[in-house]
Amino acid sequence: MIGPFAHDALLIALPILMLGIVLAPVAVRTGRREWIPVVYSTLYTNFLLVSTATVAMIVALVTHDFSVSYVAQVGSRATPLFYTVISLWGALEGSILFWAWVLALYGSVVVWLNRNRPGNLIPYTALALLAVSLFFGILLVGPANPFHPVFPIPADGPGPNPLLQNHILMGVHPPLLYLGYVGMTVPFAFAVGAMLSGEVTGDDWIKLSHRWTLLSWGFLSAAIVAGMWWSYEVLGWGGYWAWDPVENASFLPWLTATAYLHSMVLQERRGMLRLWNVNLVVGTFVLTVLGTFLTRSGIISSVHAFTVGVIGYYFLAFIALVLIGALVMVAGNSDRLRTSGRMDSAASRETVFLLNNLFLTAFMFTVLIGTLFPLIAEAIRGVKVSVGAPFFNRMTLPMVVMLLFLMGVGPALPWRSATAAEMRSKLLPPLVGAFLFCVGALVAGARNFYGVVAFTFVGYAAVANLREYWIGLRARRNAHGEGWATALYRLIRGNQRRYGGYLAHLGLLIAALGIAGSSSFRREREMTMKPGDTLTVAGQTIRLKGVWGREEVQRSVIGATVEVLKNGRVVGVIEPRMNYYPTSDQPVPTPQVRSTIGGDLYLTLMSFDPNGAHATIRAIVQPLVSWIWFGGGVIVLGALIGMLPARRRPDSSLSEPDVVPVRGAVVAETAP
Amino acid sequence: MTRRQSAIVAVVVALGAFAWLLYGNLDKNIVFFLTPQELLAKGADGYEVPVRLGGQVKPGSVQWDAKTLDLRFVITDGTAEIATRSKGAPPQMFHDGMGVVVEGRYERSGLFQATNLLVKHSNEYRPPKAGEKPQDMYKTLIKGTGS
Repeated sequence: MIGPFAHDALLIALPILMLGIVLAPVAVRTGRREWIPVVYSTLYTNFLLVSTATVAMIVALVTHDFSVSYVAQVGSRATPLFYTVISLWGALEGSILFWAWVLALYGSVVVWLNRNRPGNLIPYTALALLAVSLFFGILLVGPANPFHPVFPIPADGPGPNPLLQNHILMGVHPPLLYLGYVGMTVPFAFAVGAMLSGEVTGDDWIKLSHRWTLLSWGFLSAAIVAGMWWSYEVLGWGGYWAWDPVENASFLPWLTATAYLHSMVLQERRGMLRLWNVNLVVGTFVLTVLGTFLTRSGIISSVHAFTVGVIGYYFLAFIALVLIGALVMVAGNSDRLRTSGRMDSAASRETVFLLNNLFLTAFMFTVLIGTLFPLIAEAIRGVKVSVGAPFFNRMTLPMVVMLLFLMGVGPALPWRSATAAEMRSKLLPPLVGAFLFCVGALVAGARNFYGVVAFTFVGYAAVANLREYWIGLRARRNAHGEGWATALYRLIRGNQRRYGGYLAHLGLLIAALGIAGSSSFRREREMTMKPGDTLTVAGQTIRLKGVWGREEVQRSVIGATVEVLKNGRVVGVIEPRMNYYPTSDQPVPTPQVRSTIGGDLYLTLMSFDPNGAHATIRAIVQPLVSWIWFGGGVIVLGALIGMLPARRRPDSSLSEPDVVPVRGAVVAETAP
Repeated sequence: MTRRQSAIVAVVVALGAFAWLLYGNLDKNIVFFLTPQELLAKGADGYEVPVRLGGQVKPGSVQWDAKTLDLRFVITDGTAEIATRSKGAPPQMFHDGMGVVVEGRYERSGLFQATNLLVKHSNEYRPPKAGEKPQDMYKTLIKGTGS
């Protein structure tokens, strides 16, 4: 009877959320500050109630309680425990429940950490969090109710979608994505709170939300890379990005959030872009909801779109409400959102940040239009079309190249205005990196224009960002006589946002190298082989040893044993497989990769003869693929460093003139 | 012109250029999803443009050469049919009468050159019908080589 109990918990949460939503503006307007803790406690209560429902769902899944509709839909007694637990986010209703739980968690922590802050910013921020929570609460008792009673109770269920129980990354990618996606609600809530309370001029909301944005951005970056990795490891075509609508959905808010991470600095330092930043934050939030709409409404068919139902209309209505509300709030604050600073010179870091925002926004609109176009075409003209990958590649590659270029120039230029001597000393040395990478790419055989340009700019930007570390380290060592490790630690601790940012740049550059390398030098061959046959691709030789079958607990497996040969000796064994799940009549191809730092050998079993006489193997050789995953790790590390609580007395003795230690006081206020 | 006016002109020019690029590239890279009947109805416009062709594999039309990896079959929607050629092994469950989507170009010779073959993969769960269980279908291999 855990189902009705959990459903009741979700039902009770609704009036509590509504109470908070009504009480927050009343308490502020009438000056009854003693009611504000009550507003906050509605968020905490909601967290407890949604947590109860989430735990109940996990218990129902693990105990195979098929009287709960969601368990009857995705559960199966044969599924291993790990995949049973993670099927919490394996289908629509469970994923909305998990979403609501993450949102409740974020909301409670945000408000708890800032509960003693005077002023009206936090009560109104709580109001925004409550409103978004209410939307998901309504979904959970309405169109996405996971706790419908099922009668008669089935003896067993079908188990999760085969594609979603085929790889361990399914336990990693979705939660990271939710943490990133849902986390973008926090800066949005701060922006709404600032506009409702009229506290947008003070820029406090930017300072308070900065670490939350960075946290969500780090999760989202990790989620996108984990999704690419999953796609690479599971889907069997040897690629990791196809401009699929669901991939685009995760990428769109990442682009605007990245733009915001840069433009917020202009507001903090120079009082510029106030209006623009509010728009970016609202836009990022709307894009996360739009992404959820695209992937969860069934409007596009993919592994992420679970069912076709009415839930899409709820999302559309919510997006419309958010946009209209944001418009009204921005209009009401138009005087306060005016820019107070101005540009001093075109040769400055401000210019680079503005261009960065320009290209990231254009990038976002390109991907958005390419993603939505098929929906619009079908709605207006009634034709079914898709937008081919060449559209995305041709449109975005110039922007990617520009962004790589800016990534090298930005860190080198000072704020306000650069002298000619400064520009020479900062901009010229990285040309060495550009030259080396360009020659390296040409020697390795790259001939595609954008590939070579990308390698060149990656080289430039890598040297430029590394050089910032080097300059700081050298200065510390000379001034304080510190060892390398101490100097590096103190350098980062002295200005973690800046050096975290450079590290994230380097991670992105490493990933860019992986992408440019693997797409420029991909070689692939497919062959039907008899046991003993060999196949050579790009200098790598493989030999088919045999085809076999095996029964596993939840599936049957057909696999091929393939030996990797070097100078006639066996140096490794790869076993690409096909997994057959009882609920699907189609096998899930399960490629296997032999990964080294230089490149991957990727084998897929395409088809086999039921007697084991032959098998068709596709072999793909791609250099540098693992650099993408490694780069993703470095990006996350950069985000983590940027989030470190500032030391109370920042060691500014060696800071460059543009390093203003304003963070200390602000972050200390939000620290627990 | 004042500073403000020139800024506005710059923004309008940039937006116009961006929109023009978007339009031009979209126009060139839209892939229509068509049935054989719809593709044939396009006449000369249907040749040599990227198309996604959807339909059923006509029973008895599949020819596959495992040596050259040359796969030929006919896609039908009941009224019209189009001969299709694809390179590479067919998906393991490829069989007569199943729904497929092929991406490629319709050549003037009347042959559809597919670069990509997608089997219609339903994500809706349904219990397998009798004789459809993969365990039943691949028992030979599982018994034959053991584990």
